[in-house]
Amino acid sequence: MKKSSKGKKWEWQPYLLLLPSLIIIGGFVFFPFIKNIYTSLTLTNASGNPIKFVGMRNYMKILTSSEFRETLLRTFKFALMVGIPSFVIGFVLALAAAEHKRGSRIYETMFTIPLVIAAAPASVIWYLIFAPHAGVLNYVLKTDYAWLAEPKMAIWCVAAVTAWSGLGMNVIFLLTGLRNVSAELLESAQLDGAGYFGRLFYITIPIASPQIFFVIFYNIVLSFQTFAQIRLLTNGGPYQSTRTLIWSIYEEAFRNTRFDYACAQSVILFLIIFVITRIQFLFEKKGVNY
Amino acid sequence: MRKRKEAIFFFLKLLLGGLVIFPLFYGVCLSFMGMADIFKMPPVFFTDRMSWKNYQAVFGRVPIFTYFKNTLLVSGIQVAAQIITSSLAAYAFTFFEFKGKKPLFVLVLASMMIPYESNLISNYLTICGLKLTDTYLGLTLPFLANGMSIFILRQFYMTIPRELKEASVIDGCSHMNFLVRIAFPISKSATASLGLYAFVNAYNQYFWPLLVTNKDAMRTIQIGTGILKDSEGADYGLVLAAAMTAVLPAIIIFIFGQKSLVKGMVAGAVKG
Repeated sequence: MKKSSKGKKWEWQPYLLLLPSLIIIGGFVFFPFIKNIYTSLTLTNASGNPIKFVGMRNYMKILTSSEFRETLLRTFKFALMVGIPSFVIGFVLALAAAEHKRGSRIYETMFTIPLVIAAAPASVIWYLIFAPHAGVLNYVLKTDYAWLAEPKMAIWCVAAVTAWSGLGMNVIFLLTGLRNVSAELLESAQLDGAGYFGRLFYITIPIASPQIFFVIFYNIVLSFQTFAQIRLLTNGGPYQSTRTLIWSIYEEAFRNTRFDYACAQSVILFLIIFVITRIQFLFEKKGVNY
Repeated sequence: MRKRKEAIFFFLKLLLGGLVIFPLFYGVCLSFMGMADIFKMPPVFFTDRMSWKNYQAVFGRVPIFTYFKNTLLVSGIQVAAQIITSSLAAYAFTFFEFKGKKPLFVLVLASMMIPYESNLISNYLTICGLKLTDTYLGLTLPFLANGMSIFILRQFYMTIPRELKEASVIDGCSHMNFLVRIAFPISKSATASLGLYAFVNAYNQYFWPLLVTNKDAMRTIQIGTGILKDSEGADYGLVLAAAMTAVLPAIIIFIFGQKSLVKGMVAGAVKG
Protein backbone atom coordinates (compact mmCIF):
# COMPACT_ATOMS: atom_id res chain seq x y z
CA MET A 1 0.00 0.00 0.00
CA LYS A 2 3.00 2.25 0.06
CA LYS A 3 3.22 4.95 -2.54
CA SER A 4 6.70 4.01 -3.59
CA SER A 5 5.72 0.41 -4.27
CA LYS A 6 6.50 -0.78 -7.77
CA GLY A 7 5.01 -3.58 -9.77
CA LYS A 8 1.53 -5.01 -9.54
CA LYS A 9 0.70 -3.86 -6.07
CA TRP A 10 -2.77 -2.39 -5.83
CA GLU A 11 -2.67 1.39 -5.82
CA TRP A 12 -5.47 3.04 -3.94
CA GLN A 13 -4.64 6.63 -4.80
CA PRO A 14 -6.29 6.96 -8.23
CA TYR A 15 -9.51 5.48 -6.89
CA LEU A 16 -9.52 7.92 -4.04
CA LEU A 17 -9.01 10.80 -6.48
CA LEU A 18 -11.88 9.58 -8.63
CA LEU A 19 -14.21 8.86 -5.75
CA PRO A 20 -15.89 12.27 -5.34
CA SER A 21 -16.59 12.61 -9.06
CA LEU A 22 -17.81 9.06 -9.38
CA ILE A 23 -20.17 9.42 -6.42
CA ILE A 24 -21.77 12.55 -7.86
CA ILE A 25 -21.88 11.31 -11.45
CA GLY A 26 -23.10 7.92 -10.31
CA GLY A 27 -25.71 9.35 -7.97
CA PHE A 28 -27.02 12.14 -10.16
CA VAL A 29 -26.45 10.98 -13.72
CA PHE A 30 -26.48 7.19 -13.92
CA PHE A 31 -28.69 6.36 -10.95
CA PRO A 32 -31.49 8.73 -12.01
CA PHE A 33 -31.11 7.53 -15.58
CA ILE A 34 -31.76 3.93 -14.57
CA LYS A 35 -34.39 4.91 -12.02
CA ASN A 36 -36.16 6.90 -14.71
CA ILE A 37 -36.40 3.86 -16.93
CA TYR A 38 -37.59 1.70 -14.05
CA THR A 39 -40.15 4.23 -12.81
CA SER A 40 -41.48 4.67 -16.32
CA LEU A 41 -42.47 0.98 -16.23
CA THR A 42 -44.45 1.32 -13.01
CA LEU A 43 -47.43 3.00 -11.50
CA THR A 44 -46.39 5.66 -8.97
CA ASN A 45 -48.09 7.15 -5.94
CA ALA A 46 -48.39 10.87 -5.20
CA SER A 47 -44.87 11.11 -3.80
CA GLY A 48 -43.36 9.46 -6.85
CA ASN A 49 -42.69 6.01 -5.42
CA PRO A 50 -43.37 3.03 -7.67
CA ILE A 51 -46.21 0.87 -6.34
CA LYS A 52 -46.88 -1.56 -9.17
CA PHE A 53 -44.99 -2.81 -12.20
CA VAL A 54 -47.03 -2.23 -15.34
CA GLY A 55 -44.56 -2.90 -18.15
CA MET A 56 -44.94 -0.74 -21.22
CA ARG A 57 -48.41 0.50 -20.27
CA ASN A 58 -47.34 4.08 -19.56
CA TYR A 59 -45.62 4.30 -22.92
CA MET A 60 -48.67 2.87 -24.69
CA LYS A 61 -50.90 5.40 -22.94
CA ILE A 62 -48.65 8.29 -23.81
CA LEU A 63 -47.88 7.36 -27.37
CA THR A 64 -51.49 6.71 -28.25
CA SER A 65 -52.76 9.96 -26.76
CA SER A 66 -53.31 12.60 -29.39
CA GLU A 67 -52.39 15.24 -26.84
CA PHE A 68 -48.92 13.82 -26.43
CA ARG A 69 -48.40 13.39 -30.14
CA GLU A 70 -49.31 17.04 -30.57
CA THR A 71 -46.81 17.92 -27.86
CA LEU A 72 -44.12 15.95 -29.64
CA LEU A 73 -44.87 17.53 -32.99
CA ARG A 74 -44.90 20.95 -31.35
CA THR A 75 -41.52 20.25 -29.76
CA PHE A 76 -40.00 19.60 -33.18
CA LYS A 77 -41.71 22.62 -34.73
CA PHE A 78 -40.44 24.72 -31.85
CA ALA A 79 -36.92 23.47 -32.57
CA LEU A 80 -37.18 24.86 -36.10
CA MET A 81 -38.78 28.08 -34.90
CA VAL A 82 -35.82 28.62 -32.58
CA GLY A 83 -33.06 27.09 -34.65
CA ILE A 84 -33.59 28.70 -38.04
CA PRO A 85 -33.77 32.36 -37.00
CA SER A 86 -31.07 31.91 -34.38
CA PHE A 87 -28.73 30.40 -36.96
CA VAL A 88 -29.54 32.77 -39.82
CA ILE A 89 -29.29 35.92 -37.73
CA GLY A 90 -26.25 34.57 -35.91
CA PHE A 91 -24.57 33.87 -39.23
CA VAL A 92 -25.23 37.35 -40.57
CA LEU A 93 -23.91 38.90 -37.37
CA ALA A 94 -20.85 36.67 -37.39
CA LEU A 95 -20.13 37.62 -41.01
CA ALA A 96 -20.41 41.27 -40.04
CA ALA A 97 -17.98 40.81 -37.16
CA ALA A 98 -15.59 38.33 -38.77
CA GLU A 99 -12.88 40.74 -39.81
CA HIS A 100 -10.75 42.14 -37.03
CA LYS A 101 -10.92 45.91 -37.37
CA ARG A 102 -10.52 48.93 -35.20
CA GLY A 103 -13.47 49.03 -32.84
CA SER A 104 -14.68 45.56 -33.82
CA ARG A 105 -14.72 44.51 -30.18
CA ILE A 106 -17.52 46.97 -29.57
CA TYR A 107 -20.03 45.37 -31.91
CA GLU A 108 -18.69 41.89 -31.22
CA THR A 109 -19.57 42.41 -27.57
CA MET A 110 -22.98 43.77 -28.54
CA PHE A 111 -23.69 40.73 -30.73
CA THR A 112 -22.75 38.23 -28.05
CA ILE A 113 -24.13 39.84 -24.91
CA PRO A 114 -27.53 38.02 -24.92
CA LEU A 115 -25.53 34.98 -23.92
CA VAL A 116 -25.12 36.10 -20.32
CA ILE A 117 -28.65 37.41 -19.90
CA ALA A 118 -30.34 34.64 -17.95
CA ALA A 119 -33.64 33.28 -19.16
CA ALA A 120 -35.59 34.77 -16.25
CA PRO A 121 -34.66 38.46 -16.71
CA ALA A 122 -34.78 38.03 -20.51
CA SER A 123 -38.31 36.68 -20.26
CA VAL A 124 -39.37 39.50 -17.97
CA ILE A 125 -38.17 42.13 -20.46
CA TRP A 126 -39.72 40.42 -23.47
CA TYR A 127 -42.94 39.92 -21.54
CA LEU A 128 -43.29 43.70 -21.58
CA ILE A 129 -42.22 44.00 -25.22
CA PHE A 130 -45.08 41.62 -26.04
CA ALA A 131 -47.52 43.47 -23.78
CA PRO A 132 -51.02 43.94 -25.21
CA HIS A 133 -52.00 47.45 -26.33
CA ALA A 134 -48.95 49.35 -25.12
CA GLY A 135 -46.13 46.92 -25.91
CA VAL A 136 -43.30 48.00 -28.18
CA LEU A 137 -43.99 45.16 -30.60
CA ASN A 138 -47.56 46.31 -31.14
CA TYR A 139 -46.31 49.84 -31.62
CA VAL A 140 -43.68 48.89 -34.19
CA LEU A 141 -46.01 46.60 -36.16
CA LYS A 142 -48.96 48.96 -35.69
CA THR A 143 -51.05 46.05 -34.38
CA ASP A 144 -53.09 45.47 -31.27
CA TYR A 145 -52.52 41.86 -30.28
CA ALA A 146 -52.28 40.25 -26.90
CA TRP A 147 -49.36 38.26 -28.31
CA LEU A 148 -48.93 35.88 -25.43
CA ALA A 149 -52.64 35.16 -25.14
CA GLU A 150 -53.11 34.14 -28.77
CA PRO A 151 -52.62 30.37 -29.20
CA LYS A 152 -51.21 30.83 -32.70
CA MET A 153 -48.78 33.56 -31.73
CA ALA A 154 -47.61 32.62 -28.23
CA ILE A 155 -45.25 29.88 -29.36
CA TRP A 156 -43.59 32.25 -31.81
CA CYS A 157 -43.01 34.67 -28.96
CA VAL A 158 -41.44 31.99 -26.78
CA ALA A 159 -39.31 30.91 -29.76
CA ALA A 160 -38.21 34.49 -30.39
CA VAL A 161 -37.05 34.94 -26.81
CA THR A 162 -35.24 31.59 -26.88
CA ALA A 163 -33.61 32.42 -30.21
CA TRP A 164 -32.50 35.78 -28.85
CA SER A 165 -30.97 34.10 -25.80
CA GLY A 166 -29.13 31.63 -28.01
CA LEU A 167 -27.88 34.26 -30.42
CA GLY A 168 -24.67 35.05 -28.55
CA MET A 169 -23.56 31.43 -28.53
CA ASN A 170 -24.33 31.16 -32.25
CA VAL A 171 -22.24 34.22 -33.03
CA ILE A 172 -19.30 32.99 -30.94
CA PHE A 173 -19.12 29.58 -32.57
CA LEU A 174 -19.68 30.87 -36.08
CA LEU A 175 -17.03 33.53 -35.51
CA THR A 176 -14.43 30.91 -34.60
CA GLY A 177 -15.38 29.12 -37.81
CA LEU A 178 -15.29 32.17 -40.03
CA ARG A 179 -11.98 33.27 -38.57
CA ASN A 180 -10.43 29.97 -39.64
CA VAL A 181 -10.66 31.25 -43.21
CA SER A 182 -7.33 32.84 -44.06
CA ALA A 183 -7.38 36.36 -45.42
CA GLU A 184 -4.79 35.47 -48.08
CA LEU A 185 -7.04 32.78 -49.49
CA LEU A 186 -9.94 35.19 -49.80
CA GLU A 187 -7.69 37.85 -51.30
CA SER A 188 -6.26 35.58 -53.95
CA ALA A 189 -9.78 34.42 -54.82
CA GLN A 190 -10.78 38.04 -55.18
CA LEU A 191 -7.83 38.67 -57.49
CA ASP A 192 -9.02 35.72 -59.55
CA GLY A 193 -12.32 37.49 -59.93
CA ALA A 194 -14.53 35.78 -57.34
CA GLY A 195 -17.30 38.06 -56.07
CA TYR A 196 -18.42 38.38 -52.46
CA PHE A 197 -21.01 35.61 -52.68
CA GLY A 198 -18.72 33.39 -54.70
CA ARG A 199 -16.13 33.64 -51.96
CA LEU A 200 -18.81 33.11 -49.32
CA PHE A 201 -20.27 29.94 -50.82
CA TYR A 202 -17.13 28.33 -52.21
CA ILE A 203 -14.57 29.26 -49.58
CA THR A 204 -15.96 30.63 -46.34
CA ILE A 205 -18.92 28.32 -45.77
CA PRO A 206 -17.08 25.08 -46.59
CA ILE A 207 -14.19 25.99 -44.30
CA ALA A 208 -16.54 27.00 -41.49
CA SER A 209 -18.78 23.96 -41.99
CA PRO A 210 -17.78 22.16 -38.75
CA GLN A 211 -18.91 25.16 -36.70
CA ILE A 212 -22.01 25.60 -38.86
CA PHE A 213 -23.08 22.01 -38.26
CA PHE A 214 -22.31 22.31 -34.61
CA VAL A 215 -24.39 25.45 -34.19
CA ILE A 216 -27.39 23.98 -36.01
CA PHE A 217 -27.45 20.99 -33.67
CA TYR A 218 -26.70 23.15 -30.66
CA ASN A 219 -29.82 25.20 -31.41
CA ILE A 220 -32.01 22.12 -31.71
CA VAL A 221 -30.88 20.70 -28.39
CA LEU A 222 -31.19 24.14 -26.77
CA SER A 223 -34.80 24.38 -27.91
CA PHE A 224 -35.61 21.00 -26.31
CA GLN A 225 -34.27 22.32 -23.02
CA THR A 226 -36.24 25.57 -23.05
CA PHE A 227 -38.14 25.83 -19.82
CA ALA A 228 -37.80 29.18 -18.04
CA GLN A 229 -39.08 31.12 -21.06
CA ILE A 230 -42.20 28.98 -21.25
CA ARG A 231 -42.75 29.18 -17.53
CA LEU A 232 -42.42 32.96 -17.37
CA LEU A 233 -44.06 33.94 -20.65
CA THR A 234 -46.98 31.57 -21.10
CA ASN A 235 -47.02 28.83 -18.45
CA GLY A 236 -47.57 26.33 -21.24
CA GLY A 237 -50.70 28.11 -22.39
CA PRO A 238 -52.82 29.53 -23.88
CA TYR A 239 -54.76 26.30 -24.50
CA GLN A 240 -51.54 24.29 -24.17
CA SER A 241 -50.21 25.94 -27.31
CA THR A 242 -46.72 26.29 -25.82
CA ARG A 243 -46.55 22.90 -24.16
CA THR A 244 -43.36 21.28 -25.39
CA LEU A 245 -41.97 17.97 -24.21
CA ILE A 246 -40.07 19.44 -21.29
CA TRP A 247 -43.10 21.43 -20.18
CA SER A 248 -45.22 18.33 -20.44
CA ILE A 249 -42.75 16.48 -18.17
CA TYR A 250 -42.96 19.31 -15.65
CA GLU A 251 -46.73 19.39 -15.80
CA GLU A 252 -47.18 15.64 -15.40
CA ALA A 253 -44.85 15.57 -12.40
CA PHE A 254 -45.73 18.72 -10.53
CA ARG A 255 -49.28 19.57 -11.55
CA ASN A 256 -50.79 16.14 -12.15
CA THR A 257 -48.41 14.25 -9.80
CA ARG A 258 -48.07 11.56 -12.45
CA PHE A 259 -44.40 10.84 -11.90
CA ASP A 260 -44.67 7.63 -13.92
CA TYR A 261 -45.78 9.53 -17.02
CA ALA A 262 -43.17 12.21 -16.34
CA CYS A 263 -40.44 9.57 -16.19
CA ALA A 264 -41.62 7.88 -19.36
CA GLN A 265 -41.57 11.24 -21.13
CA SER A 266 -38.10 11.95 -19.71
CA VAL A 267 -36.92 8.71 -21.28
CA ILE A 268 -38.44 9.82 -24.58
CA LEU A 269 -36.70 13.19 -24.25
CA PHE A 270 -33.41 11.39 -23.64
CA LEU A 271 -33.92 9.19 -26.69
CA ILE A 272 -34.67 12.17 -28.92
CA ILE A 273 -31.64 14.13 -27.79
CA PHE A 274 -29.52 10.98 -28.02
CA VAL A 275 -30.54 10.30 -31.60
CA ILE A 276 -29.94 13.90 -32.57
CA THR A 277 -26.45 13.99 -31.06
CA ARG A 278 -25.68 10.69 -32.83
CA ILE A 279 -26.71 12.28 -36.13
CA GLN A 280 -24.53 15.25 -35.23
CA PHE A 281 -21.49 13.01 -34.72
CA LEU A 282 -22.19 11.33 -38.03
CA PHE A 283 -22.27 14.70 -39.74
CA GLU A 284 -19.10 15.79 -38.02
CA LYS A 285 -17.38 12.68 -39.29
CA LYS A 286 -18.66 12.62 -42.84
CA GLY A 287 -20.53 15.76 -43.70
CA VAL A 288 -17.74 18.23 -43.22
CA ASN A 289 -16.55 18.96 -46.71
CA TYR A 290 -13.58 20.89 -47.78
CA MET B 1 -13.42 56.96 -50.38
CA ARG B 2 -12.25 53.80 -48.69
CA LYS B 3 -12.23 55.42 -45.30
CA ARG B 4 -15.75 56.65 -45.80
CA LYS B 5 -16.95 53.17 -46.77
CA GLU B 6 -15.32 51.74 -43.67
CA ALA B 7 -17.04 54.32 -41.51
CA ILE B 8 -20.42 53.51 -43.03
CA PHE B 9 -19.91 49.80 -42.42
CA PHE B 10 -18.85 50.47 -38.87
CA PHE B 11 -21.97 52.51 -38.30
CA LEU B 12 -24.15 49.77 -39.84
CA LYS B 13 -22.59 47.16 -37.58
CA LEU B 14 -23.21 49.33 -34.54
CA LEU B 15 -26.80 49.64 -35.68
CA LEU B 16 -27.09 45.83 -35.89
CA GLY B 17 -25.57 45.58 -32.45
CA GLY B 18 -28.08 48.13 -31.23
CA LEU B 19 -30.92 45.96 -32.52
CA VAL B 20 -29.50 42.92 -30.73
CA ILE B 21 -29.19 44.67 -27.40
CA PHE B 22 -32.39 46.65 -27.79
CA PRO B 23 -34.35 44.46 -25.33
CA LEU B 24 -31.65 45.02 -22.74
CA PHE B 25 -31.66 48.76 -23.32
CA TYR B 26 -35.45 48.82 -23.15
CA GLY B 27 -35.41 46.85 -19.91
CA VAL B 28 -32.94 49.27 -18.35
CA CYS B 29 -35.09 52.26 -19.36
CA LEU B 30 -38.31 50.78 -18.03
CA SER B 31 -36.66 49.81 -14.77
CA PHE B 32 -36.47 53.51 -13.93
CA MET B 33 -40.14 54.20 -14.66
CA GLY B 34 -43.46 53.96 -12.91
CA MET B 35 -46.34 51.88 -14.25
CA ALA B 36 -47.96 54.84 -16.00
CA ASP B 37 -44.86 55.53 -18.12
CA ILE B 38 -44.18 51.84 -18.80
CA PHE B 39 -47.56 51.41 -20.46
CA LYS B 40 -47.58 54.71 -22.25
CA MET B 41 -48.53 54.72 -25.92
CA PRO B 42 -46.49 55.47 -27.97
CA PRO B 43 -43.74 53.85 -25.88
CA VAL B 44 -41.21 56.16 -24.29
CA PHE B 45 -37.62 55.40 -23.39
CA PHE B 46 -36.80 58.47 -21.38
CA THR B 47 -38.99 60.69 -19.27
CA ASP B 48 -38.18 63.33 -16.72
CA ARG B 49 -40.01 61.26 -14.13
CA MET B 50 -37.36 58.56 -14.19
CA SER B 51 -35.99 57.77 -10.76
CA TRP B 52 -34.16 55.25 -8.62
CA LYS B 53 -37.42 54.55 -6.80
CA ASN B 54 -37.78 51.00 -8.20
CA TYR B 55 -34.25 50.15 -7.20
CA GLN B 56 -34.78 51.56 -3.75
CA ALA B 57 -37.86 49.38 -3.49
CA VAL B 58 -35.97 46.33 -4.73
CA PHE B 59 -33.32 46.80 -2.09
CA GLY B 60 -35.82 47.81 0.56
CA ARG B 61 -38.96 45.73 0.17
CA VAL B 62 -37.74 42.69 -1.77
CA PRO B 63 -35.33 40.34 0.04
CA ILE B 64 -32.89 40.80 -2.80
CA PHE B 65 -29.84 40.53 -0.57
CA THR B 66 -31.04 37.12 0.55
CA TYR B 67 -31.57 36.09 -3.09
CA PHE B 68 -28.11 37.36 -3.97
CA LYS B 69 -26.50 35.66 -1.03
CA ASN B 70 -28.16 32.38 -1.97
CA THR B 71 -27.20 32.71 -5.62
CA LEU B 72 -23.58 33.53 -4.87
CA LEU B 73 -23.30 30.74 -2.32
CA VAL B 74 -24.88 28.19 -4.62
CA SER B 75 -22.81 29.24 -7.65
CA GLY B 76 -19.64 29.49 -5.56
CA ILE B 77 -20.08 26.03 -4.07
CA GLN B 78 -20.79 24.53 -7.49
CA VAL B 79 -17.76 26.11 -9.13
CA ALA B 80 -15.31 25.37 -6.30
CA ALA B 81 -16.49 21.79 -6.00
CA GLN B 82 -16.42 21.22 -9.73
CA ILE B 83 -12.88 22.51 -10.01
CA ILE B 84 -11.69 20.36 -7.13
CA THR B 85 -13.47 17.14 -8.09
CA SER B 86 -12.57 17.38 -11.75
CA SER B 87 -8.92 18.31 -11.13
CA LEU B 88 -8.55 15.26 -8.91
CA ALA B 89 -10.27 12.96 -11.36
CA ALA B 90 -8.44 14.37 -14.38
CA TYR B 91 -5.18 13.89 -12.55
CA ALA B 92 -5.99 10.25 -11.83
CA PHE B 93 -6.87 9.64 -15.46
CA THR B 94 -3.67 11.28 -16.69
CA PHE B 95 -0.89 10.26 -14.32
CA PHE B 96 -1.97 6.86 -13.03
CA GLU B 97 -2.22 3.43 -14.52
CA PHE B 98 -4.79 1.37 -12.66
CA LYS B 99 -7.23 -1.43 -13.08
CA GLY B 100 -10.48 -0.28 -14.61
CA LYS B 101 -9.07 3.00 -15.87
CA LYS B 102 -10.49 2.58 -19.34
CA PRO B 103 -14.02 1.52 -18.37
CA LEU B 104 -14.18 4.27 -15.76
CA PHE B 105 -13.13 6.86 -18.31
CA VAL B 106 -15.70 5.57 -20.77
CA LEU B 107 -18.26 5.92 -17.98
CA VAL B 108 -17.26 9.55 -17.51
CA LEU B 109 -17.60 10.16 -21.25
CA ALA B 110 -20.93 8.36 -21.32
CA SER B 111 -22.26 10.61 -18.57
CA MET B 112 -22.00 13.51 -21.01
CA MET B 113 -24.50 11.82 -23.28
CA ILE B 114 -27.26 12.00 -20.69
CA PRO B 115 -28.81 15.48 -20.67
CA TYR B 116 -29.61 16.83 -17.26
CA GLU B 117 -33.16 17.69 -18.26
CA SER B 118 -34.09 14.04 -18.67
CA ASN B 119 -32.81 13.32 -15.15
CA LEU B 120 -34.58 16.21 -13.45
CA ILE B 121 -37.58 14.30 -12.14
CA SER B 122 -35.58 11.42 -10.68
CA ASN B 123 -33.03 13.79 -9.17
CA TYR B 124 -35.81 15.83 -7.63
CA LEU B 125 -37.24 12.69 -6.06
CA THR B 126 -33.78 11.77 -4.75
CA ILE B 127 -33.32 15.18 -3.16
CA CYS B 128 -36.80 14.95 -1.64
CA GLY B 129 -36.01 11.48 -0.35
CA LEU B 130 -32.86 12.79 1.31
CA LYS B 131 -34.95 15.63 2.81
CA LEU B 132 -32.66 18.17 1.18
CA THR B 133 -35.23 20.48 -0.37
CA ASP B 134 -34.72 24.09 0.72
CA THR B 135 -31.06 23.47 1.57
CA TYR B 136 -27.85 24.61 -0.10
CA LEU B 137 -26.80 20.99 -0.37
CA GLY B 138 -29.97 20.17 -2.28
CA LEU B 139 -29.40 23.11 -4.59
CA THR B 140 -25.84 22.09 -5.40
CA LEU B 141 -25.43 18.34 -4.92
CA PRO B 142 -26.09 17.20 -8.52
CA PHE B 143 -23.66 19.82 -9.84
CA LEU B 144 -20.62 19.14 -7.66
CA ALA B 145 -18.93 17.16 -10.41
CA ASN B 146 -19.43 16.61 -14.09
CA GLY B 147 -17.97 14.57 -16.87
CA MET B 148 -17.31 17.47 -19.17
CA SER B 149 -14.94 19.31 -16.79
CA ILE B 150 -13.07 16.09 -16.10
CA PHE B 151 -12.69 15.50 -19.80
CA ILE B 152 -11.47 19.02 -20.56
CA LEU B 153 -8.98 19.13 -17.70
CA ARG B 154 -7.68 15.71 -18.62
CA GLN B 155 -7.07 16.94 -22.16
CA PHE B 156 -5.10 19.76 -20.63
CA TYR B 157 -3.12 17.64 -18.19
CA MET B 158 -2.13 15.34 -21.04
CA THR B 159 -0.12 18.20 -22.52
CA ILE B 160 2.08 18.39 -19.42
CA PRO B 161 5.44 16.85 -20.45
CA ARG B 162 6.02 13.38 -19.07
CA GLU B 163 9.62 14.34 -18.26
CA LEU B 164 8.36 16.92 -15.82
CA LYS B 165 6.43 14.25 -13.99
CA GLU B 166 9.33 11.82 -14.03
CA ALA B 167 11.77 14.43 -12.77
CA SER B 168 9.45 15.32 -9.95
CA VAL B 169 9.12 11.67 -8.95
CA ILE B 170 12.91 11.39 -8.79
CA ASP B 171 12.99 14.50 -6.65
CA GLY B 172 10.59 12.76 -4.31
CA CYS B 173 7.59 14.90 -5.11
CA SER B 174 4.36 13.19 -4.09
CA HIS B 175 1.32 13.02 -6.35
CA MET B 176 -0.62 15.49 -4.26
CA ASN B 177 2.34 17.86 -4.36
CA PHE B 178 2.68 17.55 -8.12
CA LEU B 179 -1.02 18.20 -8.61
CA VAL B 180 -1.14 21.22 -6.33
CA ARG B 181 2.26 22.75 -7.14
CA ILE B 182 2.66 21.93 -10.83
CA ALA B 183 -0.30 20.46 -12.75
CA PHE B 184 -2.90 22.83 -11.31
CA PRO B 185 -0.86 26.04 -11.74
CA ILE B 186 0.18 25.09 -15.29
CA SER B 187 -3.45 24.71 -16.31
CA LYS B 188 -4.57 27.83 -14.46
CA SER B 189 -6.05 29.55 -17.49
CA ALA B 190 -7.96 26.47 -18.63
CA THR B 191 -9.30 26.01 -15.13
CA ALA B 192 -10.24 29.67 -14.92
CA SER B 193 -12.17 29.47 -18.19
CA LEU B 194 -13.93 26.38 -17.00
CA GLY B 195 -14.72 27.96 -13.66
CA LEU B 196 -16.04 31.16 -15.19
CA TYR B 197 -18.26 29.23 -17.56
CA ALA B 198 -19.52 27.06 -14.71
CA PHE B 199 -20.18 30.18 -12.65
CA VAL B 200 -22.28 31.89 -15.30
CA ASN B 201 -24.20 28.64 -15.84
CA ALA B 202 -24.82 28.22 -12.14
CA TYR B 203 -25.73 31.86 -11.69
CA ASN B 204 -28.30 31.62 -14.46
CA GLN B 205 -29.84 28.32 -13.36
CA TYR B 206 -33.61 28.31 -13.26
CA PHE B 207 -35.23 24.89 -13.49
CA TRP B 208 -33.42 23.09 -10.68
CA PRO B 209 -33.68 25.82 -8.02
CA LEU B 210 -37.34 26.21 -8.93
CA LEU B 211 -37.93 22.54 -8.16
CA VAL B 212 -35.98 22.25 -4.93
CA THR B 213 -36.84 25.51 -3.17
CA ASN B 214 -40.13 26.48 -1.61
CA LYS B 215 -39.09 28.92 1.09
CA ASP B 216 -38.51 32.52 0.13
CA ALA B 217 -35.36 32.49 2.26
CA MET B 218 -33.77 29.87 0.01
CA ARG B 219 -34.64 31.34 -3.37
CA THR B 220 -32.04 32.42 -5.88
CA ILE B 221 -32.14 35.70 -7.74
CA GLN B 222 -33.49 34.09 -10.93
CA ILE B 223 -36.37 32.44 -9.12
CA GLY B 224 -37.00 35.58 -7.09
CA THR B 225 -37.28 37.67 -10.27
CA GLY B 226 -39.76 35.22 -11.74
CA ILE B 227 -41.85 35.18 -8.60
CA LEU B 228 -41.98 38.97 -8.51
CA LYS B 229 -43.26 38.99 -12.08
CA ASP B 230 -45.97 36.44 -11.35
CA SER B 231 -47.11 38.05 -8.11
CA GLU B 232 -50.56 39.55 -7.98
CA GLY B 233 -50.71 43.12 -9.25
CA ALA B 234 -47.02 43.13 -10.06
CA ASP B 235 -45.34 46.50 -10.38
CA TYR B 236 -43.37 45.95 -13.58
CA GLY B 237 -40.94 48.76 -12.92
CA LEU B 238 -39.97 47.00 -9.74
CA VAL B 239 -39.80 43.61 -11.49
CA LEU B 240 -37.49 45.07 -14.13
CA ALA B 241 -35.31 46.72 -11.53
CA ALA B 242 -34.90 43.31 -9.91
CA ALA B 243 -34.21 41.71 -13.30
CA MET B 244 -31.58 44.32 -14.13
CA THR B 245 -29.96 43.85 -10.74
CA ALA B 246 -29.83 40.12 -11.49
CA VAL B 247 -28.30 40.70 -14.91
CA LEU B 248 -25.65 43.20 -13.86
CA PRO B 249 -23.08 40.82 -12.30
CA ALA B 250 -23.27 38.50 -15.31
CA ILE B 251 -22.69 41.42 -17.68
CA ILE B 252 -19.74 42.66 -15.63
CA ILE B 253 -18.21 39.18 -15.74
CA PHE B 254 -18.84 39.06 -19.46
CA ILE B 255 -17.24 42.39 -20.23
CA PHE B 256 -14.13 41.81 -18.14
CA GLY B 257 -13.72 38.08 -18.57
CA GLN B 258 -15.01 37.78 -22.12
CA LYS B 259 -11.94 36.05 -23.56
CA SER B 260 -11.68 33.53 -20.77
CA LEU B 261 -15.41 32.90 -20.63
CA VAL B 262 -15.66 32.35 -24.36
CA LYS B 263 -12.75 29.92 -24.20
CA GLY B 264 -14.56 27.96 -21.51
CA MET B 265 -17.74 27.87 -23.55
CA VAL B 266 -16.07 26.72 -26.72
CA ALA B 267 -14.23 24.02 -24.79
CA GLY B 268 -17.38 23.05 -22.96
CA ALA B 269 -19.53 22.75 -26.02
CA VAL B 270 -17.16 20.97 -28.38
CA LYS B 271 -16.85 17.89 -26.25
CA GLY B 272 -16.19 14.20 -26.95
